Amino acid sequence: MHLDFSPEDLAFQQEVRAFIAENYPAELRGKQDEGDELSKEDFLSWHKVLAKKGWVAPAWPVEYGGTGWTATQRYIWSEETARADCIRLMPFGLSMVGPVIYTFGTPEQKAKYLPRILSGEDWWCQGYSEPGSGSDLASLRTKAVRDGDHYVVNGQKTWTTMAQHADWGFFLVRTDPDAKQQEGISFLLIDMKSPGITVRPIITLGGEHEVNEVWLEDVRVPVENRVYEENKGWTCAKFLLAHERTGIAGVAASKRGIEKVKTIARAEMDGDKPLIANAFFKRKIAELEMDLTALEFTELRSLAGESAGKGPGPESSLLKIKGSEIQQRLTELTLEAVGHYGAPYFRGFGEGDNEHPIGPDYAHRAAPTYFNTRKTTIYGGSNEIQRNIIAKMVLGL
Amino acid sequence: MDFSYTETQGMLRDTLARFLADTYDFETRKKMLLRPEGRDPGIWQALATELGILGAPFAEEHGGLGGGALENMIMMEELGKVIAIEPYLQTVVIGGGAMKRAPGAMADAVIPEIIAGNAVIAWAYAEPQGRYDLANIRTTAKADGAGFVLSGHKAVVYAAPWATHLLVTARTGGSTRERAGVELFLIDATLPGIVRRDYPTVDGFQASEIYFENVAIPGDAHIPGGIDLIELLADEATMAICGEACGVSRKLHEGTLDYIKQRKQFGQPIGKFQVLQHRMADIFIEVEQIASMALMGTLKLDLPADERKAAVSLAKAKVARSINFVGQNAIQTHGGIGITVELAIGHYFKRATMIENQFGSADFHLGRFEDLTLAA
Repeated sequence: MHLDFSPEDLAFQQEVRAFIAENYPAELRGKQDEGDELSKEDFLSWHKVLAKKGWVAPAWPVEYGGTGWTATQRYIWSEETARADCIRLMPFGLSMVGPVIYTFGTPEQKAKYLPRILSGEDWWCQGYSEPGSGSDLASLRTKAVRDGDHYVVNGQKTWTTMAQHADWGFFLVRTDPDAKQQEGISFLLIDMKSPGITVRPIITLGGEHEVNEVWLEDVRVPVENRVYEENKGWTCAKFLLAHERTGIAGVAASKRGIEKVKTIARAEMDGDKPLIANAFFKRKIAELEMDLTALEFTELRSLAGESAGKGPGPESSLLKIKGSEIQQRLTELTLEAVGHYGAPYFRGFGEGDNEHPIGPDYAHRAAPTYFNTRKTTIYGGSNEIQRNIIAKMVLGL
Repeated sequence: MDFSYTETQGMLRDTLARFLADTYDFETRKKMLLRPEGRDPGIWQALATELGILGAPFAEEHGGLGGGALENMIMMEELGKVIAIEPYLQTVVIGGGAMKRAPGAMADAVIPEIIAGNAVIAWAYAEPQGRYDLANIRTTAKADGAGFVLSGHKAVVYAAPWATHLLVTARTGGSTRERAGVELFLIDATLPGIVRRDYPTVDGFQASEIYFENVAIPGDAHIPGGIDLIELLADEATMAICGEACGVSRKLHEGTLDYIKQRKQFGQPIGKFQVLQHRMADIFIEVEQIASMALMGTLKLDLPADERKAAVSLAKAKVARSINFVGQNAIQTHGGIGITVELAIGHYFKRATMIENQFGSADFHLGRFEDLTLAA
């Protein structure tokens, strides 16, 4: 057991660095740093560069378009993309429905959807939560009634991230109202341009439009769009949630986040010294690094288990809990660091608006980002639910 | 020792609470924020004339109601309960506090205007490099004949877009961070050479960056007292926002308690889950401690300077920590709906977050307490 990269790994690292340096879209550089909201085109521009190179879905099996990288190479990849501050890719196709389709889908479904996820032609969204079904997801009420070779879907979904851009959505729907909660659910792929679908924005505390309500009224969905068996959709749902949880730890991005906090703390003055010389503030950064390192090595141990053939199990809840808490502490520390300039509200550069934000560049999204990041301990299964999963599934309580 | 409020103080609270209940519901507040000036000036006028309570902390000889810091705390707590976008802190607590210590002529002229609702005062004290150190001042006031010339940049001046007067800290001598030479001035907000850049704040207020470009001000704009007076005003302001924190955190508590009784998951109200019951109990504990510290610091504002500062710093540090806990846990307990602009709870959370660091973070105030009381 050792931590050294092999000569092949080091060569791979150089290859990745060179690739990013040459191919990362120039117009995206710095956007992540300032925390600006990203457009659909922003997300897709990097996605398409990676798709062309064949690197857009490292985790997928090679036969479906994965890279066949070792766990170490995947680690190097996430480190390098974070180091270069590359924007994150939308997870809904690549990390969520893609793995569900190649694991549970029919050959026809794989052939139809997977290539378009890889290419970025289809933008996906996730129809899971409902107004009355958040943590208790299995209580969902959106129903799908069979009518010949179609399902007719009625109901309401919420917290549907980026649905305003979506071409397709994967939805959990109730196909057997009489079965026990988890047993009457099916997993449907729905064309978001279908008649009867209405997408309404939900504005969050930082002023962002990320999430939406999705209303479905007599939406006709071909039966061939169902993944896996009827009433067995919960199997897909659980599989997907476990996958979502591992990616959610965000270790590499948080490492980059700590570097940003340090940069800010070196720029901000506290009397005649930079803030980073303040013993209290310095200690908070050190404590974050301590916790992030513990998370990183826990994730590496978990990934090593995965490449040894164990899928992500309930222990991925640990990664979600600690990863989300660290993300929140980072935003809190940033807001503390910027002092008075956390208060001005700057919405972002609108059309024809070239007025410079108030205060230093690193300050103007500090508070909105702090507000927005409260979501990380809520989404993907709230941290309360993750603790329940550990208690029940890992500890047997 | 007596912790009971007088009948007059009780009436003050009730009068304001009733008025705000009628005029400041969440939907109405939202509409106020969308107005071009970011508030409804009619509310301020009504507080002055209809209710006649802007004089709460002023002496009767100036037309006030004869109160002081406790009255300010009561007012701020009630305003906090509706997250009011009103310049009470800036105009009455800070501006009024300065006027009480100002030379007779200035006090006689300005205090009645505050009470009448005609004067709105904004406090231009912070600077981009200064963090929470009130003496870290680069803005200069150079003597020029009988008056002064102001030059410099003041950061994040709450209420400045509405202000008739600016209360400005500036240096008549000494170097940046030196206590000696920092002085206080009350000036007309419309003087030539004052350049403002206005913007909304994340907690729904309006503020400005202010640039003084060789602004000529009269000699009688000066309020003697130097950094000692400025620190006193900041301490009074700090305790006023601790009072506001009481109101804000009580609503965060109340809103969350209501929510967990109504919201059902797994076939029962989520308030039946022990993990949320314990969290709710912890929120309650922190809210009570905010109330205790707000009262403690307010009651000690009259002590000699070092004792006052130590008390205010302990109060603010605790309030910052507690309101951080209350706000974050109120949102977490609400889940996704807490992060949207649709529910009031998120707006209380935003104000709670800004209170945390306003007039000094927990670290800043614990540091000041240590410097004052924990010498080796």
